[in-house]
Amino acid sequence: MDISFALTGKGYVILASDTTAARSIVKMKVDEDKIKVLSPHLLMAYSGEPGDTVQFAEYIERNIRLYQIRNTYALRPPSAASWIRRTLADSLRSRKPYAVNLLIGGYDTSTHQPHLYWVDYLGTMSEVPFAAHGYGAYFALSLLDREDGLMSGSSYHDPEAPLEEGLKTLRRCLDEVAKRLVVTPEKYKVKVVDKDGVREIEI
Amino acid sequence: MARRYDSRTTIFSPEGRLYQIEYAMEAISHAGSVLGVLSKDGVVLAAEKKVTGKLLDMSGSKEGGYGGSGEKIFLLNSNVVAGVAGITADANSLVNYARQAAQRHLYMYNEDIPVELLAQRLCDLKQGYTQYGGLRPFGVSLLYAGYDPHYQFQLYHSDPSGNYSGWKATCIGANNGTATSLLKQEYKEDISVEDAIELVLRTMSKTMDSTTLGSEKLEFATLTLDANKQPKAKIYKPAEIDALLQKHGLAKKDEDTDMASA
Repeated sequence: MDISFALTGKGYVILASDTTAARSIVKMKVDEDKIKVLSPHLLMAYSGEPGDTVQFAEYIERNIRLYQIRNTYALRPPSAASWIRRTLADSLRSRKPYAVNLLIGGYDTSTHQPHLYWVDYLGTMSEVPFAAHGYGAYFALSLLDREDGLMSGSSYHDPEAPLEEGLKTLRRCLDEVAKRLVVTPEKYKVKVVDKDGVREIEI
Repeated sequence: MARRYDSRTTIFSPEGRLYQIEYAMEAISHAGSVLGVLSKDGVVLAAEKKVTGKLLDMSGSKEGGYGGSGEKIFLLNSNVVAGVAGITADANSLVNYARQAAQRHLYMYNEDIPVELLAQRLCDLKQGYTQYGGLRPFGVSLLYAGYDPHYQFQLYHSDPSGNYSGWKATCIGANNGTATSLLKQEYKEDISVEDAIELVLRTMSKTMDSTTLGSEKLEFATLTLDANKQPKAKIYKPAEIDALLQKHGLAKKDEDTDMASA
């Protein structure tokens, strides 16, 4: 039932994830952080099979950190995403694969570009301007897809939009889910990564 | 006395020295020299070939491969060219190792290996021979000319002990002392590739044993960025080297034409 969104803008990537941890039909926790900070300029939102998610995310977190310690500089977002995808793809071909879906957002400090990657548990990866996992995807993608035609000045997704507009677009996605989805998460955690690094934003 | 500690690579002498490593470095200082200069928009490498002769069949090197005769300058990855000085057979084995390391990085991370990381990979291997049982260390020093988005253009040197260091301009092999002091005098910060090419050729012509420069004695390579800001390595073919020398007025003088033009 996890829902996660991500979108890029001018020099930043926003990641949002609901904060519920559920078991069967019961909410066990409503303040679970499902977005890991992998490095000063890299975020990863994870969802999927409970247990697998945290295990896999921590494994990735520690190995990205290890690379940073060994080589003095961090992996750039494209390389980090490739390595994470590879790890997931290798896991898929093992006896006990991880069933985890990911959104990886990062800011490349050497080329000054934001990057967003959509990765699923089968090891599919693609670089995208916006992305979603879970039931939220059914409502949000069409919204984000829409061209800014009829209602000019309104905030459908724009890869060149400043942060405030990006957050407004995200707000629209969350509202759409709140309006139409049968079981709506009550809270989201939102994190942004840009040239200054990673920070959490209240929405 | 010292001789007792010669035969093993891994045993310290009472003065605290590793003789085999020092001998390996000595072997390199007799090898054909390799010269590298770093500039803001490119890196330049030149190498002196020692194995020449009228009877040596060079026909394969005229057209073959990615350019050059491949005796002293090698493409390690699309973003790194290396010049080697020392035992050529050892160098070939190291070049092969480096190419594999670079491809492994590409497989894992889908990016060209950062230059310093590649130098580290080779140094880890070389360092192993100063510590674990083997017959001798690699008798090879390398100059790595490379580009990566982290530190842009870079020039590294590594030696048989497994040490490596970054340089703005440096030289390994025969006469490296003379060449380095020449470079120290002539090198300017924010030098361009064009000037770096000239500096390399001029220094090379002054320090090489032979009086005239020519493609049969010289290997030459540059690493620059192409129109798409991607690193582009160019290892010059013999004809291109001769043309370059001609352009800088360092080519072999043909006496007759010289007289005619005078």
